[in-house]
Amino acid sequence: MRPFKYSKATNAAGAAKAVAGNKNAKFLSGGTNILDLMKEDVARPDELVDINGIASSQIRSTPAGISVGALAKNTDTANHPLVRENYPLLSQAILAGASEQIRNMATNGGNVMQQVRCLYFYDTAVNCNRREPGSGCSAIVGLNRTYAILGWSEHCVAVNPSDMAVALAALDTKVNIQMADGKTRTIPFTELHRLPGDAPHDDKALAHGEMITSFEIPKNKFAANSYYVKVRDRASYSFALVSVAAALELNGKTITTARIALGGVANKPWRAFDAEKFLAGKAATKENFEKAAELELKSARPLEFNEYKIELSKRAIVRALEKAV
Amino acid sequence: MTDYNERPDSEELSDDERAILSELGESRRKFLGTVSATTFGVLAAQLLAEQEILANYRVPEDAVFAPVAEENAVSVTLNINGTKRALSLDSRVTLLDALREKLGLTGSKKGCDHGQCGSCTVIVDGRRVLSCLTLAATCEGKTVTTIEGLAKGDDLHPMQEAFIKYDGFQCGYCTPGQICSAVAMLDEAKRGQLSYLSENIRGKARAVKLSDDEIRERMSGNLCRCGAYPNIVKAIREVHTGTEVAETWEFVKEGVNDAAV
Repeated sequence: MRPFKYSKATNAAGAAKAVAGNKNAKFLSGGTNILDLMKEDVARPDELVDINGIASSQIRSTPAGISVGALAKNTDTANHPLVRENYPLLSQAILAGASEQIRNMATNGGNVMQQVRCLYFYDTAVNCNRREPGSGCSAIVGLNRTYAILGWSEHCVAVNPSDMAVALAALDTKVNIQMADGKTRTIPFTELHRLPGDAPHDDKALAHGEMITSFEIPKNKFAANSYYVKVRDRASYSFALVSVAAALELNGKTITTARIALGGVANKPWRAFDAEKFLAGKAATKENFEKAAELELKSARPLEFNEYKIELSKRAIVRALEKAV
Repeated sequence: MTDYNERPDSEELSDDERAILSELGESRRKFLGTVSATTFGVLAAQLLAEQEILANYRVPEDAVFAPVAEENAVSVTLNINGTKRALSLDSRVTLLDALREKLGLTGSKKGCDHGQCGSCTVIVDGRRVLSCLTLAATCEGKTVTTIEGLAKGDDLHPMQEAFIKYDGFQCGYCTPGQICSAVAMLDEAKRGQLSYLSENIRGKARAVKLSDDEIRERMSGNLCRCGAYPNIVKAIREVHTGTEVAETWEFVKEGVNDAAV
């Protein structure tokens, strides 16, 4: 690992300022991703600003819903009484990811900011537009069985590996951001991650030095009718081939509002807006679920080895919706 | 065709061959004699000699590989297995390397060093974490329990006893991580923490009675290349339930399983 300067920040504004002041500086929270990348020489910061001492780990109810601190640990978030009772979908999604050791370390902010696990991104001997902009994508002609089917570009076909992010996308979350100049701003969670386009190296909506402080999840009526499905190569401790977060608000057997997001299929948690729109006002039947899934996957484009993901995604959507009802 | 296995008689050897064999035999006997008599003496003498050479070695002033003081040194004080330890470390040092290289606590193992195998699992402030992905610098004031800290003197921790009883290991490399993980995992279950297999997420947290599937899911961050999983699950189940787990295997009975073979 390359040498780096280590410092501790005591407040968000100070941390943002410190990182913004050095283009090679990075934030350190749980460390489960950044340290791995540094050991592989994929990430090469010369300064780490430890933000674990910042008071951004509360989980509390607000008039609009719930505020979840960016520095709360994944384990604490999944097990928090407010989350368990009102947002079980979020608990499920967090618990579907990683191992308990990693969830004990990982923070919510770090989880949604984690890097792709693309083999070619990790292999510094091969080309990768994310690691070295303009060098080319090795995955597009490589072993791409686990890669994207939606929203990819010729520059990058990697997928976002987070489970938690899929639930946050489905739950209309907002992201509070500390800016380097001391101000703050708020963006919808669905805008935090970008599709790769021609700049996969710049696929988050945060400028260098900007830091997530908390997530706001609005009140909803999904708690009794939500479910997270994760399909993977192993039964546990494995990234998703396809995952689906589904949440329904029902009036009898009629769907009032539907929220669906997919993981493992794109460089961002894929909100299934088309499927949601189709389901609003319709009966909660398997037939309608299948039509919604069909509609959403219309724009899917497979790579050489991952055509199976299209059918798998459709079936996962149907299964998540059936379990949600 | 010559069958070399059928050539025990040294009379059939040529003079050259006999000389080589004799020489080999002598040096081998000498070596064995020395080793059995003064193994540690010889090794220690070698080490001392090496140390002396290293100590007298002067690094040229313009050498690019000249040893430097700890780069970006950080000071950390942590409580490890009940003892307060103050360390000065390079900022890059992980908790795992600090334990193994600085504190001589080599129980925690470096398997993958990338957070994928769990063999470096230790308990920090009551929670199991991966020490290979934890910077020691972030552990200021924290309480760390490693495999070395679980036993009370000569009394093993119940989880250690159970792993021995049920043969929960083969090569033993993943075992310290498995045991630390299992100890913390049972505390999580007592606190009513959820897992991916939990059915009643919306209910209040209460102590969980773990099925074997739950134990497997909650221990999935600890890999065992020897595949001792069935016995690991048994060991954990006994500590969790307090009741002995019946063995389900039996020796092959003569005649009975011949057809299957």
